[in-house]
Amino acid sequence: MNGMLAVLWREYLFFKRRIWSITASSLVSPLLYLIAFGWGLGRVVTMDGVQYIDFIVPGILALSTMNASFNSVATPLSIARLYDKTLEEYLVSPITLFSFAAGKILAGALRGMYVGLLLLVVAFLFGAKFKISLAFITLALLNCLVFASLGFLVALKIQSHPDMARFNSFVITPMIFLGGTFFSPEHTSPLLQFFIKLLPLTPASQGLRSLALGQEFAWYAPTLQLIYLCLFIALGLYAYRKVE
Amino acid sequence: MIVLNEVTKKYQETLSVDKLSLHIANGEFFGLLGPNGAGKTTTIRMLTALTIPTAGNITINGQLVSRHNPSYKSQIGLVPQHINLEPELTVAENLYLHGILYGMKRSAIADKITELLEFADLTDKRQTLVNTLSGGMKRKVLIIRALMHSPQLLLLDEPTVGLDVFSRRRVWDLIKSLNTRGITILLTTHYLEEAEHLCSRIGLLKKGRLIMTGSIENLRDVVGPVVVERFVQDKTILHFFQEQAQALQFVSGLKEEFTIRQTSLEDVFVKMTEEKVDIN
Ligand SMILES: Nc1ncnc2c1ncn2[C@@H]1O[C@H](COP(=O)(O)OP(=O)(O)OP(=O)(O)O)[C@@H](O)[C@H]1O
Ligand SMILES: [Mg+2]
Repeated sequence: MNGMLAVLWREYLFFKRRIWSITASSLVSPLLYLIAFGWGLGRVVTMDGVQYIDFIVPGILALSTMNASFNSVATPLSIARLYDKTLEEYLVSPITLFSFAAGKILAGALRGMYVGLLLLVVAFLFGAKFKISLAFITLALLNCLVFASLGFLVALKIQSHPDMARFNSFVITPMIFLGGTFFSPEHTSPLLQFFIKLLPLTPASQGLRSLALGQEFAWYAPTLQLIYLCLFIALGLYAYRKVE
Repeated sequence: MIVLNEVTKKYQETLSVDKLSLHIANGEFFGLLGPNGAGKTTTIRMLTALTIPTAGNITINGQLVSRHNPSYKSQIGLVPQHINLEPELTVAENLYLHGILYGMKRSAIADKITELLEFADLTDKRQTLVNTLSGGMKRKVLIIRALMHSPQLLLLDEPTVGLDVFSRRRVWDLIKSLNTRGITILLTTHYLEEAEHLCSRIGLLKKGRLIMTGSIENLRDVVGPVVVERFVQDKTILHFFQEQAQALQFVSGLKEEFTIRQTSLEDVFVKMTEEKVDIN
């Protein structure tokens, strides 16, 4: 597991050096969502019988941890592969493919959890009510792992930086709005509902919401997340075997 | 021992390396030379499994080179052509990271860093971020990084580009002394005096094909150990001869200025890799 150790140590050094800029930049978009939808709409609107702010905080948590985990793996790894070639140092070294992938994905997931924690603190200050439990934390961590592994896969597949921007605008951004974050999929047509429930972000937003609001918890959420996690890791490892 | 067996690499249309077969014995100092685009870097990348051959296979000390076989990798030290240090880490952190990747003990890593930084005259840059170093300093860090884990085989892809005369000589002395201690070295360079100074055997690549191998004396004898250099109509022309006497006879009929001298590696290189020379 030297590879995992090395990767985690490197990520730690980066994090330590940039902690303030990471903290500040990762708070911008969740804060905007909280102000616009939570503060602006939250007090006057109710959704499915709960105050809207309480409804969307788990959604914002899901999308922020998704964004943070995905981007903290995908962006630097694609740069390491395509531009400064630092990935080659790892490819040449006697570490296993798996230990490298594990280090990257774990580091990305931890970054996601850090952002998630910051968000919950801010949401609390905004007056949102939510219950935190072990299951809640586990689900959030699973979401981070899913999107960190997606970031790993995408970084190894794209051909250029514009490809990454395209992936963000065609996949990540639509998911932010459609993944059960700001509304319940139940309010849409059956076909769209089915599609929404298959998105990798939906189990996180719905599962986290039911736990935060103390509602009935559906096992569909972690099951689907685990399926995505295995799929992305398998595809990522396969891509890593082939990357040149 | 490095054995390349009919190794080929094709990128879409370009044939970068064409059925390359080569043996490099343990302890050798081998120079792989050739013009830009000849396939030197591609060959080194295939030796480290950074690039996967289209056909053929490579073994290093009997172990098949493949990305799924990490065990042979710890014997190899690579100095890539492209500087791939982590720009936002310090010099020491870059070296430390390398040590962890190669499974070194923490205390051994620290000692080795101190030793190598001293050697490279970079002790005062220990805590400097790599992206604030000069180009030559980065190159030196790249070289000592490859030595961190005391590899048995050193692959050097144009290691002395951009180094000043003193640094270059230090690097020469270092790799020479590593070689006398039994480390196998594969070097590519465009500085032919460097190859002449260091290598015990040379391979000439042209358009992905190995057109000649041998010691510098061998190569010289093949083209002719005596050369006459003439400057005619804005062009330098070389004539090679096996014997001094033949050369003297040739120049006696010349009207323009000329030089007559021993063939250098550069002369061999120019003659053999010139565009118009047919390699078949
Ligand atoms: N990733 C790649 N994709 C497509 N073609 C490539 C790739 N890498 C190398 N080539 C081609 O392979 C050939 C050999 O390149 P290589 O880098 O091995 O040459 P080289 O001998 O190291 O040259 P130089 O002295 O300029 O470093 C060139 O024609 C190059 O364009
Ligand atoms: Mg090259």
